[in-house]
Amino acid sequence: MIEATEKGVCRPPHEFSTDTGLRRFCFKLRRNRAAVAGGVMLMVYLAAALLAPLLVPGDASAPNLIRALEMPSPGEPLGTDELGRSILGRILYGARVSLLIAVGVVAVGLFIGVPLGLVSGYFGGKIDFGIQRATDAMLAFPGFLLALALVSVLGVGIKNTMISIGISMVPQYIRLVRACVLTVRAEVYVEAARAAGTRDGMILWRHILPNVMVPITVQTSLSMGTAILFAAGLGFLGIGVQPPTPEWGTMLGSARNYLFHAPHVATFPGLAILLAVLSFNLLGDGLRDALDPRFKV
Amino acid sequence: MFNFIIKRLLAMIPVLIGISLLLFFMLRMLPGDPAQVLAGQMASAEEIETIRRQLGLDRPIYEQYLSYLSRLAHLDLGRSARTQNPVIEEVWARLPNTMLLAVAAISLACLFGIPAGVVSAMRPYTWVDYLVTMASLFGISMPVFWLGIMLVVVFSVILKWLPAGGTGSWQHVILPSVTLASFVVAFIARMTRSTMLETLNQDYTTTARSKGLKENVVVIKHALKNALIPIVTVVGLQFGLLLGGAVLTETVFAWPGLGRLIVDSILARDYPVIQGTILIFGLLYILVNLAVDILYALIDPRIRYD
Repeated sequence: MIEATEKGVCRPPHEFSTDTGLRRFCFKLRRNRAAVAGGVMLMVYLAAALLAPLLVPGDASAPNLIRALEMPSPGEPLGTDELGRSILGRILYGARVSLLIAVGVVAVGLFIGVPLGLVSGYFGGKIDFGIQRATDAMLAFPGFLLALALVSVLGVGIKNTMISIGISMVPQYIRLVRACVLTVRAEVYVEAARAAGTRDGMILWRHILPNVMVPITVQTSLSMGTAILFAAGLGFLGIGVQPPTPEWGTMLGSARNYLFHAPHVATFPGLAILLAVLSFNLLGDGLRDALDPRFKV
Repeated sequence: MFNFIIKRLLAMIPVLIGISLLLFFMLRMLPGDPAQVLAGQMASAEEIETIRRQLGLDRPIYEQYLSYLSRLAHLDLGRSARTQNPVIEEVWARLPNTMLLAVAAISLACLFGIPAGVVSAMRPYTWVDYLVTMASLFGISMPVFWLGIMLVVVFSVILKWLPAGGTGSWQHVILPSVTLASFVVAFIARMTRSTMLETLNQDYTTTARSKGLKENVVVIKHALKNALIPIVTVVGLQFGLLLGGAVLTETVFAWPGLGRLIVDSILARDYPVIQGTILIFGLLYILVNLAVDILYALIDPRIRYD
């Protein structure tokens, strides 16, 4: 997994709160053609997800066995699957499911990981020790395996897929936020707030959290790509989103049985996953480069 | 070095305790009664009670955990709910297959990833560099199971060159290991490129060039040798991703390894096997990281752990 800290995004968070810093960031991001391409691809996916009911009228999950495993044609640009359903239609509806899962996963990671990272980095001591040892234990498992283990306990379905993958990403958020808090908590404005008698909770919320938002944003973009990959992997194994819900990994899982007769059924959902993950990675890389002071345009 | 290895092995103890706690509470997180889940829906009240006693679920939680730790220390991972075989035997029978796949994939990834990264760094911001960079990004973004399926379509269905799945000969290893390597090769190429870009601009590289050494010697003996530490780190860290990828690759190619075992166990709700397999995956990951630490000292004589 690519991480936000790879090039030291954590270092100058407060620089980007100024107008000049923000303008420089926007300029660098616009000049990065790969990041722009990633952003455009992402917009296309969002549009497909939002407009799916208009683009594909009718029920994308309704079987039509007479048209099963049809090859791509002008009427059905991507052909049909084993139950005669339009592959294009299911990919467009699948964008809704995959993006929803990606958002849900990141939300779980953020809501658990960010507060724990803030508390761990700010208070230090025994609290920090406890949280970090728990993080170590979770990091001893590769992310996908941790998600797999959690799904085996929680069960299948969209909600449990989100929770399982989200929890598997919590350790990365804890580590990232803690590392940034350690640099920010020694800043003069934090000292000043403490000297003025501001409570710890308020310092964390008003002074520290806004200054760690930049690396969190980068990590979020990269995590969304990973979330789509993990969710597709679980769907492919039959322990993620369940049929007939159109999800790209689940589509690939059922297409595996028809490789010899209709390889196109497996080709297009995989391409949809590849391009979606690529768009998040391109955007995440671009954001990180734009935020890295060592990276010159 | 010996002292270092002992210290690192001792440092593994807290992590192992953390892993055991996670796995212990995993079973307790199950909705409802774990004994009922393990016994199955059709089990009688007596059977459920027997399983509860066998698992020690009628005892206080700390006693249950201590007894679980003691069983782990004796490599007793319980019995499979499906086959009734000891879990350790099931895991042991499949471990060599997964290791074969992992070693083949890591070897392939290094064989292609390191030269790709070196070539990319030697000609930065040229078409070769852009090609390697884009290929790496595609590699990182590509679902391994989809690549596996596409390789089966091309090399097994259309060309009929290689078997689509199973084990038995060296031909069976090619497609699964290439699939698994695709993901790791991208990370290795990216890391090699960025580290080589730094080492190629160091003073010692300039000195080597000014002495009149051939470019190949400068690159391999001076720049690459010094770039190896971060590359080895990435290889070690990617081993974890590789284990995750093995679950999917083994499913695509019907490869009888630990990955396939864990998926079959999840589908059959065979919790003792799930716990045991995950524990072995965690142990493998920790041991590989230990091996990476030891490799540091072998690669770079400046690193002395004593």
